[in-house]
Amino acid sequence: MAKLNINGKVRDVEVEAGTPLLWVIREQVGLTGTKYGCGVAQCGACSVHINGEVKRSCSIPISEIKPADRIVTIEGLSADSSHPVQRAWAALDVPQCGYCQSGQIMAATALLKKKPKPTDADIDEAMTNICRCGTYQRIREAVHHAAGLAKRKAQA
Amino acid sequence: MKKSQKAATNLSRRKFIVGTAAAGGGLALGFNLPALIDAGIGEAQAQTAAGTEVNAWVVVKPDSTCVIRIARSEMGQGTLTGLAQLVAEELECDWKKVATETIEPGANIARKRVWGDTATGGSRGIRGSQDYVRRGGAAARMMMLQAAAERWKVPVGELTVFNGAVTHAASGRSTSYGRLASAAAKLTPPDPKSIKLKDPKEWKIAGKPIKRLDTAAKLNGSKIYAIDLKLPGMLHAAVKASPVHGGKLASYDEAKVSGMPGVRRVVKVNDGAVAVVADTWWRAKTALDALPIVWDEGTAAIQSSATIAERLKEGLTATGAYAGRNEGDALKAIEGAAKKVEAVYSTPFLSHATMEPMNCTAKVTADKVEVWVATQNADASLAAATEEAGLKLDQGEVHRHDLGGGFGRRGGTQDYTRQAVAIAKQFPGVPVKLIWSREEDQAHDFYRPISQCKLAAGLDESGKLVGLHVRLSGQSINAWLNPPAAKGGNDERQLQGWWKAPGDAQLGYTVPNLLIEYAMRNTHVPVGPWRGVNTNQNGVYMECFIEEVARAAGKDSLEFRRALMGSHPKHLAVLNAAAEKGNWGKPLPSGVHRGIAQFMGYGSYSAAVAEVSVSGRGELKVHRMVLALDCGHAVNPDQIAAQVEGSVAYGLSATFYGECTVEKGRMVELNFHNYPILRLAEMPHVETVIVPSYDFWGGVGEPTICVVAPAVLNALFAATGKPVRSLPLKNVKLA
Repeated sequence: MAKLNINGKVRDVEVEAGTPLLWVIREQVGLTGTKYGCGVAQCGACSVHINGEVKRSCSIPISEIKPADRIVTIEGLSADSSHPVQRAWAALDVPQCGYCQSGQIMAATALLKKKPKPTDADIDEAMTNICRCGTYQRIREAVHHAAGLAKRKAQA
Repeated sequence: MKKSQKAATNLSRRKFIVGTAAAGGGLALGFNLPALIDAGIGEAQAQTAAGTEVNAWVVVKPDSTCVIRIARSEMGQGTLTGLAQLVAEELECDWKKVATETIEPGANIARKRVWGDTATGGSRGIRGSQDYVRRGGAAARMMMLQAAAERWKVPVGELTVFNGAVTHAASGRSTSYGRLASAAAKLTPPDPKSIKLKDPKEWKIAGKPIKRLDTAAKLNGSKIYAIDLKLPGMLHAAVKASPVHGGKLASYDEAKVSGMPGVRRVVKVNDGAVAVVADTWWRAKTALDALPIVWDEGTAAIQSSATIAERLKEGLTATGAYAGRNEGDALKAIEGAAKKVEAVYSTPFLSHATMEPMNCTAKVTADKVEVWVATQNADASLAAATEEAGLKLDQGEVHRHDLGGGFGRRGGTQDYTRQAVAIAKQFPGVPVKLIWSREEDQAHDFYRPISQCKLAAGLDESGKLVGLHVRLSGQSINAWLNPPAAKGGNDERQLQGWWKAPGDAQLGYTVPNLLIEYAMRNTHVPVGPWRGVNTNQNGVYMECFIEEVARAAGKDSLEFRRALMGSHPKHLAVLNAAAEKGNWGKPLPSGVHRGIAQFMGYGSYSAAVAEVSVSGRGELKVHRMVLALDCGHAVNPDQIAAQVEGSVAYGLSATFYGECTVEKGRMVELNFHNYPILRLAEMPHVETVIVPSYDFWGGVGEPTICVVAPAVLNALFAATGKPVRSLPLKNVKLA
């Protein structure tokens, strides 16, 4: 039995200790926006926030999660897709197939939290999730765009 | 369901749409389709949203929302939005009130294939359906106008329509599509010959860089991909097939895992695979990893990359090759030439590595099979599911999900759908979701075929190309998926890009003495279409070799090509567009070098200029790429740019890293740690130049990938003074 705080809601889950957080989120909790891509922390499709840091949930056994850890998935990022990163993604029509984009958005939001005005080099370093459709150019533009949106919001 | 019944009894009045659909509904090149199915099987069932079906393509709701039916698959390439734009353009509806609905193959068959072809490959989504979907939209508009004319008792010629509102200016009356739809639906559709489609110059919705219709659900986790499906009472399956292709399942020890948490049963999946079925996928996969399995690996277990390379090498000089083109006497011309150039190139097997691994949910009862699946070929999914279940076509139902990547992997083969049904039929009435691990996905793809290519050219004293000989040796996709098309090794498809015939994959150069040959050398490894199919390998061979020849002739890369292209004005125009935007011949920062390439595939003309540098430690950096494309008509320029950007990423990933090797008959690279994929930091800045000539309809998803690698390799050649003839670059020392 594990106690999980996901998107602000505390739940008890009955699962083997070695089960990766990704599969607990998808199968026990039932939130499917977080995706399986590789299972070995290579692709980042499974990215979630744990205490504000972006983590690859496919490679974190549930036994390593403490009840106090705050986990946020794509579903918990905003109630109405209004997060500046989600708005920037929409403005630049970033997604193609869309499968990796939950992870991309979680990585971008974590980056902007640390670096509200990231340089291209910052984006290169932080945005390491794989996209097979090749939306990288738009992801880069959208991260910059989101930084601008967030700044405007802060000033307003 | 009222609407469906009406559709069943009222098919004849839809005849003209059926007729036009059949004309455009050819088989998609690149996919193995099931035999054409007899029309009229089972009950006709129109898929209806709440609203009035004006014709097969358009359903109108009372609030004038127009639901546009989409028959092709959406896998990220934007076809859904583009097709909706084409229908909406002719329909003259309000784009803000457009919704879409995907057609299921069973409904299509029941209505005599009124929606044409559902297969989505070969970059045919738009070009293969544009004519009949536009006619569908136009017919619906004409019926709306006719309904208004009859209601107001005025001549139809006095009416105007804008954004789904019909107006009679003389009497000041106006009404909406929502109010006209039910009357319009009862009318006899117009004679197809009377429908005049708009000149693209008049387009207001099509041809514009409109935002995609399907983005919102991709931003908040709400989009349900096939892998995300939940059904009551569903079980989950993890599968392992013989790691050696063609091997069989000998035995397994179920007792070792039957007590593990959640495990229901271990089941055989036909002859070559075994699956664990459990209450969650993770538990199924955990038990599968613990399951002792014995394989009968078969004869292919002795094969390796080395044995395959030997076999291909033999094909480079063997007699009896298929001559796809033989004009003049190339061998003699090269033999007698003042200067000879010769080179051997090679490219490896590649997996597709879609981000969403293969998966399918199936539910089988005594008289019905249902599958929930991401597919590029819904007809093939239906055929695979019903055949595997031992049922008839009209006992099958395919629930299509948008794809988490396709690139050719999810086409006609439908191996994962077959597996899901084979497992689910052992649990009658229970839905079972099968998900492949990434390792299974890498181990059991239909790979881009491996090949080698020997090229020879002769130059005269002035540096003019007098003869060219191309000998391709490698595996045939047709031999694996459609053997009749590769009979005797005469497989024209493997020579895509070198064809003489115009219109699809024509060679853009005129060479007086030309011999293009193919020596079919098959392996035990399954092969299939991979974005750009044969043009992306053939583009490397041809365009890198032409670069070598240009340099041997002492000519500028662009000028040498131009001199060969006088009879190919469309190829040339695209090359010129890329050269101009790419600043060909203009100064570059120190250490930066340019390369250029042009090639044709999928009915469109492509060219690229790449700017690269190589560091002292031998690290290649691609700074900028300019891609020019003539796809005839540009339905959504922003989505075309997105496809070009995506083609650069997919093509560069293959150029830098892509390689599936074989040891003891099995694939070696099983996850992204040893099958690396291009990441954001390595993505160059891409500029797309669309130069539509408006006199044909070409593809978009695939054409530009064929110039990505050669433009980069030619720039690399300029940087290092040495040609790279074997991909991927990860195996090549650049410093």
